[in-house]
Amino acid sequence: MAHSTTLEPTAATTTYSDAPRTGTWDGGNEPFKASYGKLMMWFFLLSDAFTFGAFLTAYGMIRHKHGVFTGTADKFFFSTAHWPIPEKVFNGFPGLHGMDLPLAFVALMTMILIFSSVTMVLAVEAGHRMDKADVQKWLLWTILFGAMFLSSQAWEWTHFIGGDEKGTLMADGSRMFGANLAVNQYGPPLFADLFFFITGFHGTHVFSGVCLLVWCFIATTNGTFEKRGHYEMVEKIGLYWHFVDLVWVFVFTFFYLV
Amino acid sequence: MSAHATTEHAYIPGEIAKPNTGWIWKTFWVLVIITAVEFAIAFAMTSPGLRTFRNSIFIVLTILKAFFIVGEFMHLKHETKSLIWTILIPTALLVWLVVALVTEGSSIGETLSHMFS
Repeated sequence: MAHSTTLEPTAATTTYSDAPRTGTWDGGNEPFKASYGKLMMWFFLLSDAFTFGAFLTAYGMIRHKHGVFTGTADKFFFSTAHWPIPEKVFNGFPGLHGMDLPLAFVALMTMILIFSSVTMVLAVEAGHRMDKADVQKWLLWTILFGAMFLSSQAWEWTHFIGGDEKGTLMADGSRMFGANLAVNQYGPPLFADLFFFITGFHGTHVFSGVCLLVWCFIATTNGTFEKRGHYEMVEKIGLYWHFVDLVWVFVFTFFYLV
Repeated sequence: MSAHATTEHAYIPGEIAKPNTGWIWKTFWVLVIITAVEFAIAFAMTSPGLRTFRNSIFIVLTILKAFFIVGEFMHLKHETKSLIWTILIPTALLVWLVVALVTEGSSIGETLSHMFS
């Protein structure tokens, strides 16, 4: 260090203006124009998207590793040699035992979840208008649809685990009915494993969402948000709830349709 | 609209505005119609030869549904550009992950099926 140790302003800094810098990223700003809470919810959801992305990627890889049934759908039979056609597995409906109603129940579940998303966004909209009664009304509808979805999920799992009367003849000569983590009547063991893990993980998210909504309803009723001056909490929980709906859209396509 | 949450305003009873829900129901019908189309395709295009084409349609329609849910319901379409890209760029990496591992899966499956022949 040959130069002077005193701090002399250099040529560049002598022209420095004392006026504060006001660019978007110069600090003291909200470059994203979103509050801290909403931004953090977005980042959490992004990380959650990676979790579900990992699940669906694993599903895609494992499915492509297994054989494909090459015949037409009406000739299809359950076997560990090929991946099952979803509409042959998910063809039951509560109260209509023994009837072949492919994907009917999952269509109903999809509609329930889309409806819950709509009532959620209506609650957010009511929050913007500081309309406490409306927020309460739409939160209750969302809780109702969420609970309906969870009940449907429970039925779907029961049906999947229980299986049908026909079952499938296994290699050791026994007949397998329904599914568990080690063996199932529908096809390769990993098919049932992925079903349990993916729909289970999604169901857990819906359950957490319902818990948050119930808490949010209580806080709304107590006037917490009214006193706070805004209903941002409803918005943040809304973001989470729509994300859960979004995940279902992907699960629906990749597990039930494709 | 995103500014609403950050604006602190004292609550004055009786100033509740009329609901503005037209866009919500419009988005709802878009989602319902896309889902209905998906079902129609699932039952109309059953030929095994059309499987790849059918699945491509499903994926396109799914991304379209995701666009409406994230864009309208989650309001991302109306956020700042930097926030939109912050969310979209990492998500786009998932597409690569899916394509890479699905290819890997096909390759493993093929290797296993030829192992003893």
